[in-house]
Amino acid sequence: MRRLVSGIVGLAALLTGCATTNQDNSSRLNLIKNRNELICGVSGKIPGFSFLKSDGSYQGLDVDICKAFAAAIIGDSEKVQFRPLTAAERFTAIKTGEIDLLSRNTTFTLSRDSLGGNGLTFAPVVFHDGQGLMVKKESRINSLKDLANKSICVGSGTTTEQNINDAFESASLPYTPIKYQDLNQVVAGYLQGRCAAMTSDRSQLAAARSGFKNPKEHIILDDVLSKEPLAPASDGQDQKLSDAMRWVIFSLISAEEQGITKVNIDQKVQIAKDNPQLKPLRRFLGIDGGLGEKIGLSNDFVIKVISSTGNYGEIYERHLGQNSDVPIPRGLNELYNKGGVHISPPFN
Amino acid sequence: MKINKKSVLQLGVCIIFFGGLGILINNLTINLIRTGLGFNFTWLFKPASFALAEHPLPYTSSDSYAWAIFIGWLNSLKVIVSSLILATFLGTLIGLARTGKNFLLGIISAGYITVVRQTPLLLQLMFWYFVGFLSLNDNMFIQIKNIFNISNEGIEFSGLTFSSEFLALFLGLSVFTSAYIAEVIRGGILSVSGGQWEAFRSLGLSEREGITRIIIPQALPAIIPGLTSQYLNLAKNSTLAIAVGYSDIYAINDTIINQTGRAIECFIILLISFLLLNLVITNTMEIMNKLTLKSKKYG
Repeated sequence: MRRLVSGIVGLAALLTGCATTNQDNSSRLNLIKNRNELICGVSGKIPGFSFLKSDGSYQGLDVDICKAFAAAIIGDSEKVQFRPLTAAERFTAIKTGEIDLLSRNTTFTLSRDSLGGNGLTFAPVVFHDGQGLMVKKESRINSLKDLANKSICVGSGTTTEQNINDAFESASLPYTPIKYQDLNQVVAGYLQGRCAAMTSDRSQLAAARSGFKNPKEHIILDDVLSKEPLAPASDGQDQKLSDAMRWVIFSLISAEEQGITKVNIDQKVQIAKDNPQLKPLRRFLGIDGGLGEKIGLSNDFVIKVISSTGNYGEIYERHLGQNSDVPIPRGLNELYNKGGVHISPPFN
Repeated sequence: MKINKKSVLQLGVCIIFFGGLGILINNLTINLIRTGLGFNFTWLFKPASFALAEHPLPYTSSDSYAWAIFIGWLNSLKVIVSSLILATFLGTLIGLARTGKNFLLGIISAGYITVVRQTPLLLQLMFWYFVGFLSLNDNMFIQIKNIFNISNEGIEFSGLTFSSEFLALFLGLSVFTSAYIAEVIRGGILSVSGGQWEAFRSLGLSEREGITRIIIPQALPAIIPGLTSQYLNLAKNSTLAIAVGYSDIYAINDTIINQTGRAIECFIILLISFLLLNLVITNTMEIMNKLTLKSKKYG
């Protein structure tokens, strides 16, 4: 009995010790500016999105989104500290304030976005993905139905796990999930033949396949099990920071729509300055209107962002385009006027 | 005067301790409310909506989170108890071999202990799983129809199936812990004075009889406390199941945390489950310890 009591007391002390976060109620936006560095949570293991290169730097679409935030908030896209996080760690890392924001292949869902759930707020979607299944070509599996009674390798603690269950359950097909904690293990389990198929977001499947010895021996099935809109996220109670994040992403999309690129940004600024009648452009670039101040940024934040990372299309081409290591057709990720779904509300 | 001073001092320590604890609990509550994560356990009874590969009792994805956690606890218990038995058996054999007179056996067991104790458990588990079990090929072993069937999905033995995940964890934990147990056994045996060996030999007892009837009973009081802490370590190490895809209580909680965002509640459940489990182990071993001490006194 005495041992039980002392155990529980010890447990309580341990728990309370862990939960002491700072009690600063002001926005993290100020904290980031004062620190002169943005702490960004990434995966670090997904080629094309966030991947550690041999020289120790991170590269990918998620990484460039972090850089765009840093350019907008601090004025320097290199002032970012990347923290590699597992799927299970990522939300706690935001809640405890270990990171400022998350840019890590995170699916935008109701329970994650709500105060009653994970208590986060999502920025606009940066990549529209969907969950898929990859199988070996020689297995002659062509659809979900062929996978009945087979084992499927899944990453645990993600929406992936729930989606695969929903898909098989609604088709009344029995299956065995083999759950691993991270994608590398899922890949190892699949390649070693423990499972007939591996499942993940289609972008991640494509990225993983690019590292296989014989990428052509593996096919991604046509079945798309879910909508996976991937978006950056931050603490749901910090509206100032989430406002800033939201409009930085819209600025990337809007810049692509207006044809403003990393190369021609200086030229466009000059044009806007010379022509007072180009009101929307002047507001967008912060020459008129003082829009940046309203979201806690400098008025010229769009110029800083575009001159360091380029617009959304340029970021996409760099990491996921036809000439990149992980080519993924743009599909839904095109602008709304080119058959995709990316659209920016007006900068008014 | 002296007693008075002592009790004042004790009172002071108590006030500091409970005061500190109070501040910490207060801090936790305030922070939980501030971040919108107030304690709430009602989610436990909502459907889990994830499937499990291994479940000793019936389980479907429409069962509650609480049931899923219980299944995870059973899975943990299954691997802990079975590893405990195998590790004790292996450890005793190796410990005896290490102390025995046979030179070759001594060298082999010393080598085993060295290799196993000086590599990380996580690596060993990954090795057993990815190198050991997953590289098993269907064609590698002749399948004796319906009796014994080995593949990289696991072992099937007359209707009983053990998955690769379970086997890798079971063997990994057993082998790792057995090396430590062997050292505990060796320490216990060496604690018995050399005169006892000479004594039973001069009485004409065989080596085996001497060890089981003279040496081991005297070594047990020195062995049991060491054994207890190895058992506790084994139970705690079983949470590494997540590395090899086995659905133990920790792996299941990991999924639940991600689905519900209830990290603190889940960790409380985890910590209490392990606290209770280890209390059972400690108390059982304590009883065994008392029994051996008693039998020594009157035996």
